[in-house]
Amino acid sequence: MSETSATATVDHGHGHGHGDEEPKVYGLLAEFADSDSLVAATQKAYAEGYRRMDTFSPYPVGDACSALGFPKSEMGTIMFIGGVVGGCAGLFMQYWCNTYGYPLNVGGRPYFSWPSFVPITFEMMVLTAALSGLFGLFALCGLPRLNHPLFNLPQFDRATRDRFFLCIEAEDPKYDADKTREFLGTVHAVSVEEVPT
Amino acid sequence: MATAEDTLVHNRRPPGMHDLPLEPEMHPLVRNKHDLVSVGDAIGNVVLAGKHPKAWWVGFLAGLALLQILAISVLYLFYMGTGIWGINVPVAWGFAIINFVWWIGIGHAGTLISAVLLLMHQKWRTSINRFSEAMTIFAVMCAGIFPLIHMGRPWFFYWLYPFPNVAGVFPQFRSPLAWDVFAVTTYFTVSLVFWYIGLVPDLAALRDQAAKRWQKIVYGVLALGWRGSGIHWQRYEKVYLILGGLSTPLVLSVHTVVSFDFAVAIVPLWHATIFPPFFVAGAIYSGFAMVVALAIPVRKWYGLEDFISDHHLDICGKVMLATGFLVTYGYFSEFWMAWYSHSLYEWGTTLERMFGPYGWSYWCLIFFNCAFPLTLLWFRRFRTNMIWLELICISALIGMWFERYVIVVTLTRDQVPSSWGRYSPTIWDYATMIGSLGLFLTLFFLFLRYLPMISITEMRELLPKKQGGGGGHSIMENAP
Repeated sequence: MSETSATATVDHGHGHGHGDEEPKVYGLLAEFADSDSLVAATQKAYAEGYRRMDTFSPYPVGDACSALGFPKSEMGTIMFIGGVVGGCAGLFMQYWCNTYGYPLNVGGRPYFSWPSFVPITFEMMVLTAALSGLFGLFALCGLPRLNHPLFNLPQFDRATRDRFFLCIEAEDPKYDADKTREFLGTVHAVSVEEVPT
Repeated sequence: MATAEDTLVHNRRPPGMHDLPLEPEMHPLVRNKHDLVSVGDAIGNVVLAGKHPKAWWVGFLAGLALLQILAISVLYLFYMGTGIWGINVPVAWGFAIINFVWWIGIGHAGTLISAVLLLMHQKWRTSINRFSEAMTIFAVMCAGIFPLIHMGRPWFFYWLYPFPNVAGVFPQFRSPLAWDVFAVTTYFTVSLVFWYIGLVPDLAALRDQAAKRWQKIVYGVLALGWRGSGIHWQRYEKVYLILGGLSTPLVLSVHTVVSFDFAVAIVPLWHATIFPPFFVAGAIYSGFAMVVALAIPVRKWYGLEDFISDHHLDICGKVMLATGFLVTYGYFSEFWMAWYSHSLYEWGTTLERMFGPYGWSYWCLIFFNCAFPLTLLWFRRFRTNMIWLELICISALIGMWFERYVIVVTLTRDQVPSSWGRYSPTIWDYATMIGSLGLFLTLFFLFLRYLPMISITEMRELLPKKQGGGGGHSIMENAP
């Protein structure tokens, strides 16, 4: 935790040149009462030039995700590669075991009886694709992570309940404590609060 | 088809137009005026407030008592060996394979509801998908016990997998039994992954809703720090969609492989191409029967009629009617092919199956699986009468068990009269079977108590826009 904030401070000092302003701030969190205001605010923030931001909602809000300007999810590629690798490995495992590991002549059938190997090849493909989806999802999302600066704010508990949030992170090049707060005041937020790290 | 396309088109509309009705829905999927908070409270407080109806204790203790029977019969089995069962040549698997196939078939409805109906944009699945997925996992656990304890030396179960060993022996992958091992373990793992990924946002909701500290810690750890980030949701939906797409062929492949256990053997009436589709239809039939049989009492005990309405159960009844007829067609096809093929052995075995020493079980199967449920399920009156529907489901569950019994006792009348024999289960066969039901019930009642039995996130998405919800999006429709 302390390491992260230290790195953040250094980043601000050298990277963006406003480290002396608020070194210990994760960002500004705006709270919205419904998903439409969140989408509108996110679109506006994107138009303003903010990029390092994220929305938080109790259920997926597709338009908000699109408004963030986040590129197409990479999960499809990860699961596809996982599945292909697993399927090939499954087929090779059966080929090796029944051809070299323990060749057994059953009624003169070829050792490499590929039609009989289809079910396990398929199962291995599904298994590895699903597992790469699971681990890929959590790795890319940086989970499990039991603590996060956002959890410092008590109202953020409602992000899994009935409120919608937009957080503009301090790491954004365009971030400026006063100007960003002023901007968030114009987007019909219920509240705007600073997130301490 | 048109509905699915409408839905897709709908999602492309600009935000202001979401208020338009998605599809003319005569029965709203969430009854009463719920909002985001009341949905979370109605479902989450079952877990968090810890107030459980007396019926929970009755069900749980009954399950726990039966679980003790399983423990005793398995321990005695390990001590004595499989000789305590009624199995012998020619029926060498007996109850072990009957119960295995029965349980795994029940599990398939969970995957069907969570994956196939997801891909088909059937939004009514939302209220029953969570607990049918849980049911899948528990049913597969019950199923997995039987081949394991049938092994004789179950502590060598890992010999089923290829691993480097001093004996230099590897499994024979041309055997359906080896396919079974991979199919069932994959199925269990993928079902667990699907279920857990679906649970994560709900666990986060419980973490933030919980009042007690231990609940915050336990659900917080299980939620892995989920915070509903838009970028995370985007990946999450993509994964969920692809998992749905993977699970759909998986569920078909698993029961196909299970049917290969029979169909690959050259036994009259087993060696048939009808087996895989017929098994899959039967699996869905019995699985839906189990889902409905559990949903009827559970929604009453916990007052969840707003989410699982009569309309939902009516649709499940229709699915059962359709799959029940597929199964019946399978029985007819077996009979027809035996007669039409002019195969002496096929036809002889068919007559033995119907009128031989185990003929009673064939007619039990026809009554419990076809005659009784399929006559009544035609009528809406019976599909929406909870007592009748429960009876119909129990009948289908019994009928599907008899189906596997009939298939297995076919072995007692083979091509050669010298290999004929009889099969009669012992008390230990019955004890293990009843005991596996105990394992299932125990796990299911614990699940009701400690995890949200309906997906809070997906119910919130289902709420109309003006009530704060996602206007009927299902979890994957935003997946880019």
